Amino acid sequence: MQRIIDKIQELFANDTVDRVLGWKTGEFSWERTPHVFTKEGGLDGFVYDDFCGANLSKYLIDESAKKDAGKVLVLLKPCDTYSYNQLIKEHRVKPENIYVLAIPCRGKVNVDAVKAAVGTTVLAVEETEGDDLKVKTFRGEKIVNRNDVLFEKCQVCQKTHQVYDEIIEAEPYERPKKDRFAEVEALEALSPEERYEFWRTQLSKCIRCNACRNVCPACNCRTCVFDNAKSGVATKANTDDFEENMFHIIRAFHVAGRCTDCGECSRVCPQNIPLHLLNRKYIKDMNTYYGEYQAGEDAETRGPLTNFTKEDVEPSIVYGKGGK
Amino acid sequence: MQKIGVFVCWCGSNIAATVDVKAVAESAYDIPGVVYATNYQYMCSENGQSLIKNAVKEYGLTGIVVASCSPRMHEATFRKTAQAAGLNPYMVEIANIREQCSWVHKDMDTATAKAKVLLRTAVSKLTLDQPLTAGTSPVTKRALVIGGGIAGIQTALDIADAGYKVDIVEKKPTIGGKMAQLDKTFPTLDCAACILTPKMVDVSANENINIYSYSEVESVSGFVGNFDVKIRRKARYVKEDLCTGCGSCMAKCPSKKALNEFNMGLNTRTAIYIPFAQAIPNVAVIDPQSCIKLKTGKCGLCQKICEAKAIDYEQKDEIIEEKYGAIVAATGYNPIKLDKFGELGYDLYPDVITSLEYERLMNAAGPTKGHVLRPSDGKEPKRIIFVQCVGSRGQSCRDKSYCSKICCMYTAKHAMMTKDHYPDTDVKVFYIDVRTPGKNFDEFYRRAVEEYGVEYIKGQVGKIYEEDGQLKVQGSDLLANKQLTLDADLVVLAVAIEPDETARKVATMLTASMDTNDFFTEAHAKLRPVESPTAGVFLSGVCQGPKDVPETVSQASAAAAKVIGLLSKDELTGNPCVAHADPLLCNGCSQCANVCPYGAITYVEEEVRGVGVREVRRFARVNEAVCQGCGACTVTCPSGAMDLKGFTNRQIMAEVDAICK
Repeated sequence: MQRIIDKIQELFANDTVDRVLGWKTGEFSWERTPHVFTKEGGLDGFVYDDFCGANLSKYLIDESAKKDAGKVLVLLKPCDTYSYNQLIKEHRVKPENIYVLAIPCRGKVNVDAVKAAVGTTVLAVEETEGDDLKVKTFRGEKIVNRNDVLFEKCQVCQKTHQVYDEIIEAEPYERPKKDRFAEVEALEALSPEERYEFWRTQLSKCIRCNACRNVCPACNCRTCVFDNAKSGVATKANTDDFEENMFHIIRAFHVAGRCTDCGECSRVCPQNIPLHLLNRKYIKDMNTYYGEYQAGEDAETRGPLTNFTKEDVEPSIVYGKGGK
Repeated sequence: MQKIGVFVCWCGSNIAATVDVKAVAESAYDIPGVVYATNYQYMCSENGQSLIKNAVKEYGLTGIVVASCSPRMHEATFRKTAQAAGLNPYMVEIANIREQCSWVHKDMDTATAKAKVLLRTAVSKLTLDQPLTAGTSPVTKRALVIGGGIAGIQTALDIADAGYKVDIVEKKPTIGGKMAQLDKTFPTLDCAACILTPKMVDVSANENINIYSYSEVESVSGFVGNFDVKIRRKARYVKEDLCTGCGSCMAKCPSKKALNEFNMGLNTRTAIYIPFAQAIPNVAVIDPQSCIKLKTGKCGLCQKICEAKAIDYEQKDEIIEEKYGAIVAATGYNPIKLDKFGELGYDLYPDVITSLEYERLMNAAGPTKGHVLRPSDGKEPKRIIFVQCVGSRGQSCRDKSYCSKICCMYTAKHAMMTKDHYPDTDVKVFYIDVRTPGKNFDEFYRRAVEEYGVEYIKGQVGKIYEEDGQLKVQGSDLLANKQLTLDADLVVLAVAIEPDETARKVATMLTASMDTNDFFTEAHAKLRPVESPTAGVFLSGVCQGPKDVPETVSQASAAAAKVIGLLSKDELTGNPCVAHADPLLCNGCSQCANVCPYGAITYVEEEVRGVGVREVRRFARVNEAVCQGCGACTVTCPSGAMDLKGFTNRQIMAEVDAICK
């Protein structure tokens, strides 16, 4: 963290940037809130540690559009840089107003998982030098291995920094070995009825807090169709519980080919719906039918769904799979 | 509230035999907005249309739904009817209760129930219809013909005769196509070259025609009246404007082993060559695969010998861009490959040849100067067996399901001419059926049998093999009900024809549709046989289906007439059902521009004003003259900013809701 602070101070001092989009400590010991620090206001409360899970790239839509506000420095973890590239591709940010400082990451800690691991009320969580987390509970201090309580997105992460102005080099660490598509394959193996039941159960938990939509860097429409009365979609979702469930399906369709699998949707869901599985199913299918594609690897390549090549799979082959 | 009139058509018995049209019409009164509903035997007839017009006036209708055939058939008709009655022509919806209902159902109750739903759906859409006004776009008075065979040549000549500019793009070094390779043409037996080459000369001499030989269409964008086409002129390593076609380079070229394509590989040619004596343009081309200079850097003899200084080893492919108002596909055909017909021994025995190869053997300008000499030892064959329907009319995956149409006649021609030139030759033909519909065709075939004594055997050949150096043909004689094993000196296979391998690529570029055999689909099988469903794209020759020369020429002229009709207009009335982007909703993400096949979407940065909004934003703008209303952008747009007039998202949703009600 000190290296990051030193670098920011240096960039403030030589007038390269005027603001910093980073994380600030919150009320709980593990709470980290995205925050814009200014040169004048200083870096009070600035933090970067195992709990900084949020993808900051989406905030750049507003931050980079501010007039006469100078450059904003953004701290991007490897996975966040994919989202950033997508935003550049879709002309939603102004890169000329942005300075990307690539920061190291070896997976972020999911406090809910910590709570589950210790099985009692957690008062505070602290990092240590090694892999141990010190967890203060009503029943004394407990030790949890951080690698056992990472966010799902971090358990399958193979991502590297794709774009930056400057990078703070990371210490090498062992990458997780979990297969990204294993859960999707398990769902594919179900019968259509079982799969329907699975998703009905999951999606029925939704309270439509819109956290997934608001956090998703791909969900960046000025006005969401679900907020646009004229679209005819919004009213339906509000009056019928099945249509309500469709919110997530439609959202997955809207971000298909643009979703970088950053996993923010599942991270923020207060109901713990595994929303990332919807997106990942589309990613898997696109890989199968159109060749390997990772959204956000660069800021130019067209996604497979908005591109046409003569090698594209014929629809009959897709139909032939019978909805799997 | 709209006042909607519903008109249910019987289409004679086409609809009325399966759908209770009266019940469907009555059901319309249950749909909100419908103030009048009726049914009639032929709604598209003069009387039917009058019925609509009168109802519009009498009931003050604001829109009409016609439940009838596909909108492809009569939407334009009923729009005109509505217009004549004083309505906006886009306040018309068609409920397709024929193709999508009566023709696909047998049971009256289910068909009637479905027709009611389809009607309800169309009414729901109409409720949200807005009057639309079409714009116009100018027409580029120049046509492109893709393919320089007899089809392309005839189309180009006819268009040029009407005074319009035409470009022919031909992928081979010369125009002429398959017909240039033929010896004689049935049933009159005129020499193909004698009737084709003057036409080729006409093409080259015509001021309105420009030939891009050894060139291929690289990309096509735009729309009817305004196509933008990129053409790749492949490097021929010879400057076309300087080469005089004297042929001295061919005489000196040391690389002489390339197979001569024009003679179907029956002899060889030099690396620098002119495909045949009457080639147009009469310009040499270097085949880089066999040119020693291009492969190794050493040689350069042709450059030294060329007095015209036409040889240019550095020549590169060149892309030229041109605008056209109409495009004609005349991509032609090829005999199928025989690699999956191992039992016929084509790849094993040199004396098993295809009909097109036989054509070259009989041709005076061919590899044997017109003497029928068999490839293996150059001797005159005494026993020739022709095998028809090789790969045609088959059921298996290696076969074509269709009849190639020309083989019966050219085989009769081959058999007859063989007998004529070599009366003591024994000529047999294996056939499934002999199909000779056409002027003087059957007479021609009977002459082969009755006058020339060609022996026709009804049955198919199962195997061709060699035994002790003797070619044997094993086949069945169905009429005699026995198996035959015949000795032959030469076997000629009448192989199926298939569309040229570039046809699919061309069709994709033109967004023209094809059938499962890769033949171009016509806009209507009976009534619009030379037009593609894609506006401004026309079809000429075998690319649309198997044809002989006279049929090809008639179709080529028909396509030309359609092109002339189009080019004679100064402007075209556009389609008002085009896309429109709402600047307030648009994210400026460019996804719609990515999927737009017509390049109709551009992005602007301008001030956007709305409730609580006043700022400069990047947003999409649709060029309505270029947009063809395909709707790809509307389904790509995640925020619903893009909408299609006449097919708005809300209308589609209303239709879905009406179906699911």
